[in-house]
Amino acid sequence: MLRLYLKALSTGVLTEPVPYIDKDRLLETVGLELKTAIGRKFSRSLAIRHIDAGSCNGCELEIHALNNVYYDIERFGIHFVASPRHADVLLVTGPVSRHMQAALLRAYDATPAPKWVVASGDCAACGGEFGASYASCGAVKNVLPVDATIAGCPPSPLQLMQGLLNTLKVL
Amino acid sequence: MTETTKPNGAWDVFMSELNALAEDQADRRALSGVDMLMLAPENWGKSAQIARSHDARWAGVWADDLSGRFRVDCCFECQGRYLILRTAVAAEHPELPSHAPFYPAADRAERHVRDMFGIRFIGHPLQEQRWTRHLAWADDEFPLRKDFPAQGFPQASTPPDKDYPFLKAEGPSVYEIPVGPIHAGIIEPGHFRFQAVGETVLHLEERLGYVHKGIEKIAEGRDPVSLAKLAGRISGDTTASHAWAACRAMEAAAGLSCSERADYMRGILAERERVINHLGDMASMCNDVGFAFGYYQFGRLRELWLRDNRTLFAHRLMMDCIVPGGVAVDLKFDDCAAMKETIATLRAELSDLIKIIDANSSLEDRFLAAGVFSPAQAQALGALGFVGRASGQVFDVRKAPGYPPYDRLDLTVPVETDGDVAARFWLRYKELRTACRLLEQMLEQMPEGAVLADWRTPEAGAEGFAAVEGWRGEILCYVRFDQGNRIARYYPRDPSQINWPALEKIQIGNIVPDFPVCNKSVNGSYSGQDL
Ligand code: SF4
Repeated sequence: MLRLYLKALSTGVLTEPVPYIDKDRLLETVGLELKTAIGRKFSRSLAIRHIDAGSCNGCELEIHALNNVYYDIERFGIHFVASPRHADVLLVTGPVSRHMQAALLRAYDATPAPKWVVASGDCAACGGEFGASYASCGAVKNVLPVDATIAGCPPSPLQLMQGLLNTLKVL
Repeated sequence: MTETTKPNGAWDVFMSELNALAEDQADRRALSGVDMLMLAPENWGKSAQIARSHDARWAGVWADDLSGRFRVDCCFECQGRYLILRTAVAAEHPELPSHAPFYPAADRAERHVRDMFGIRFIGHPLQEQRWTRHLAWADDEFPLRKDFPAQGFPQASTPPDKDYPFLKAEGPSVYEIPVGPIHAGIIEPGHFRFQAVGETVLHLEERLGYVHKGIEKIAEGRDPVSLAKLAGRISGDTTASHAWAACRAMEAAAGLSCSERADYMRGILAERERVINHLGDMASMCNDVGFAFGYYQFGRLRELWLRDNRTLFAHRLMMDCIVPGGVAVDLKFDDCAAMKETIATLRAELSDLIKIIDANSSLEDRFLAAGVFSPAQAQALGALGFVGRASGQVFDVRKAPGYPPYDRLDLTVPVETDGDVAARFWLRYKELRTACRLLEQMLEQMPEGAVLADWRTPEAGAEGFAAVEGWRGEILCYVRFDQGNRIARYYPRDPSQINWPALEKIQIGNIVPDFPVCNKSVNGSYSGQDL
C-alpha cells in the first residue's frame, strides 16, 4: 500500500494546463472556453451519451482518452452518461450500420428534449471509408437530424474538445 | 515453445492422409507459399474429421463467387504450418458438409458464409440460424454473390432483429437479462443474453453482427492502396496489423517483396500497436474492478505512447502507415534514439506498477479464478492470441517461418496455463515486456534503405494469402485480384471471429457483476467480427 501511495505521489498531478500538447496552451484555452460555454448554456454540466452506430472502434479509443489524466474532461463540466435518458447530447460515431439503425432511433427517442446530436468522426459526418451500401446507411444525418459534426479519422481528444466547443457556439 | 516451425513427422502424416482424399495429386499446388489441396465436395466433411484426429487447428473458411460455381477455402494450421483445403460447389445446388460437428470455431464462420453466399452447410447443428444477417437484406439475397449490387435493395428503415432464437433456460428462479446492442459505456454494440439464478450466470449467448458494414463487399473493385486503407479500418485498434495482413496478401499475389527496412518498420508499428492496446486493456481491467489507481496509471502510459506515435508517425493510432509495397513513414536516427529512451522508461514504470498490483489483495480477489477458460476448452476452440496463450496454447504466428522481421529476432513467447482473468492480465504484462525487447532489437538491427517498393500489377486471378500476429492474435487474409489492379475478393479473419465464443464459456458459473472484467479480459473486437 505504501508503494501505491508513493507511486501516486511521485506521479503527481498531471491534469493541468498541459502546455505539453501544443506550445500555445491549446488544451487549456479550449477547455476554459468549453467550461465557460457549458456554464452559460447548461448550468455548468453537459451530459453526453455516446453511441457507436457502426464505428470501426477507432473513434471510441479517442473518446475514451478524454477521460485519461491528461485531458480529464469532467473538470470542464462534461460527463459521459450511461443512459440516453440522462443526456443532453448524443455523440454518435461510425457510419450508421443498417443493423444499428433501429437501436439508434430508439436511443434518440429516449433522449429527452431539448437534445442535440453530434456526428463525431469522418464516418459519422460524411460516411467516411464505408459510405452507404446494402449494410450501411452512411452518415448519421441520413438517419437522424444532426446539429454538428466533428471531422477526423478518428478525431483526437483535442479535436473532440474543439468540436464540442464549436457545437456549443452554434446551439 | 514447442518446435512448431519445421516440417516434421506429424505434419507429414497429416498431409498424407489428406492427400489420399485429394481429387488428384496434380491438383496439389501452393497458394503464395502455403500448401493447398483440392477436394471433391463430398470429401469436405471427412477432411475436417481427419484434421481433428491430428489436432490440427481450424482457422477459417471463406468463399468466392466464380460465376456458375462457388469456390470454398478452409484454412488449417498444424504444427505451425498452414494448409488450405479448396473445393467448389455448383451455384444451382450450393451445399457442402459442415465442419462444425468437428470444430466449434466453424459454427459462426460457416453461418457467415451461408448468410453472404447462400451456401448451405449440411450437418451444421444451427444450419438454419442466421448470424451476420439480421433484417437488412432478405432471406433470398446474398450480398457477396457477384450479381448482388453493393448498394443492395435496402428498406427506408431496417427493423430490429427481434425474433432471433436465443436458447432459453427455464426453471424456478431462473431469470433472463438482455443487454445491448447499446451498452452503458463507451464501447461497441452487440447483444448479450444472460440466464441467471441469483447472481450466478447459467448461460450466456452472444448475438453480434450489429456493426456489419459490408467490408468484404465494398472491398471489391478497390485498388491496392485503397484496400490497405479499408483494411486499416476493420478494427481501429488493430489498424496497423490488419493493413499489414492485407498488404502482405496483396504483395504475395503480386510476387513483390518489401525492402528489409520496410519489414522492420512494419514490425515496429505492429509491436507499438501491441503496447498501446495492452496498456489500454490493463487499464480497463483495473477499472472494471474499481481499481482507479491502475486505470489512471496504465492509461497515462498509453497516452504517452499515443503522443509519441503522433510525433513519429503523424497519427496517434498509426493509421495508414502500412501501404502496399512497404510503409509510408520512416524513422530518423534521432527518432530511434528517442524511442529507445521511451522504451526504457516504460519498462521501469511497468516494474514499479506491477509490484504495487501484485501486492494488492483486492485486485487479486477479483482477478484470480474469475472467468476460467481451461486449456482443453482453448484447444477445442483454437483460441488465439492472449486468450489462447493464457490457457496453455503456444501458437504465435511470429514463430512461423518466412515472417519477416520476426524470423531475424530473438523471441520467446510467454504462455500461462491458469486461463483466468488474472492469467490474461499477467500474459499481457509479459507480452508488453516482450514487445519492448522486440522493439529494441528492431531499432538496433534495422538496416538503412528505401521503405517503399514500386508496385507491380498482379495478373487477373492472382491470389494471395497472409497470416500476421496482431495484438489480439493471428490475423488471416485472403485476396484475389481482377484485371487492372482491382480487388475481386478480400476476406480478413480477425482473431475475434474465433475468440468471441470463449466469452460465453468463461462466464458460466461466474457472477453477473464480473461480466465487465471477464469481457475486457477477452476483449473481442465487434467490428472485426461483424465486418
Ligand atoms: S472515422 Fe475513422 S476511426 Fe472513426 S469510425 Fe470511421 S474509420 Fe473508424
